[in-house]
Amino acid sequence: MNGLLYPFQQSVRRDLLLAARHKTEIITALFFFVIVVNLLPLGIGPDPDLLRKIAPGALWIGALLATLLGLQRLFAPDHADGTLEQMALSPQSFTLLVAGKILAHWLVAGLPVVLIAPVLGLQFDLSGRGLLILTVSLLLGTPILSLIGAVGAALTLGVRGSGALLSLLILPLYIPALIFGAGAVEADLAGLGPEGHLSLLAALLVVSTFFAPWVTTVALRVALE
Amino acid sequence: MLSVSHLTCQRGERVLFQDLSFELPESQWLQIAGANGAGKTSLLRILCGLAEPVAGRVTWNGNAVRENPEAYHANLLYLGHQGALKEELTPLENLALSLGMEGFAVSENTALAALHPFGLQGREYLPVRFLSAGQRRRVLLCRLLLRPARLWILDEPYTALDAHAVDFLSSLIETHLSRGGSAVLTSHQSLSLSPGLCITL
Repeated sequence: MNGLLYPFQQSVRRDLLLAARHKTEIITALFFFVIVVNLLPLGIGPDPDLLRKIAPGALWIGALLATLLGLQRLFAPDHADGTLEQMALSPQSFTLLVAGKILAHWLVAGLPVVLIAPVLGLQFDLSGRGLLILTVSLLLGTPILSLIGAVGAALTLGVRGSGALLSLLILPLYIPALIFGAGAVEADLAGLGPEGHLSLLAALLVVSTFFAPWVTTVALRVALE
Repeated sequence: MLSVSHLTCQRGERVLFQDLSFELPESQWLQIAGANGAGKTSLLRILCGLAEPVAGRVTWNGNAVRENPEAYHANLLYLGHQGALKEELTPLENLALSLGMEGFAVSENTALAALHPFGLQGREYLPVRFLSAGQRRRVLLCRLLLRPARLWILDEPYTALDAHAVDFLSSLIETHLSRGGSAVLTSHQSLSLSPGLCITL
């Protein structure tokens, strides 16, 4: 028997290994993000002032949609092949194993978006400071998207046509993260400083880290019965 | 000791079985027989604590299994008819990760030592999707060698196995029983095991 964190580690490692064998899924989500964000300047036209204004919103909405792409497959394959049953029967905490899966989802779907966002921000003519704040807001915000998304994925597990239902269920819950995340950059551009928005975003992250894995586990147990 | 009292299971409108009671002492095994759809897997899922019965209770050494699931699950090994194997991963990775998530560290050598008696030499590093149904089943059964547990609940463990593997599995179950373990299994075949209990749904 090892420490409490060993099963958590193994759960993260397993999902990362599976993702590494399915590279297309990661690359698809990332390219989707890049293309959605690129379409906006092309559609709106080359007005630097306007672009600077919509940049945070555009990047954040891109991140929301990119996260949503992979969410449906967060639990569905494990449910289909019985892995979820084995996880529920583990003598280790099911919540901890589920938390491991959520972390792996963020590492695969959220982190690449955070890393590429500053590059995409350049074409919206954001300043260096603006890019930094945007990246920090995404770094705090994308884990929230994975955490809340996991609750939705667990609730819609085994439901027919769960893809559309998942989007309807989850997108409204993303609104607070979107407001504070995109708002941080806008507030800084307006001269108010980003600290307030970023603190609220961090608070949201803490609350969802605490509750989302637990709620997800409860929903998964219901799906398994 | 696993004991079940006055268990009733209902799927939708249909009552699958009702007022089912039995006890499974140590070193004993129980075969659950019944036609397809009689509720064998439903019963096993209730015994594992995955599903809740409409009425009745399941206890392990006097404690209700749904009240303290983690302590019960430390003693339990369940093999469902779904594989819980990832097609993209090799047998070694599958075993190491599934046991890792249960808190057991398995070194590569230990996992290899479990795969070899099941005749999986040369398949250790091949993704599971290249294995036949019988070979996948054998990978799953390796868990019996690697994961210590007092109670085995096996859903159709003999499916897709050849004669050699059937004998090997039977000898594993006998060894487990002789060490004071107990086993519940469903099977349609007549089993070459020492006499055990049997209930028919």
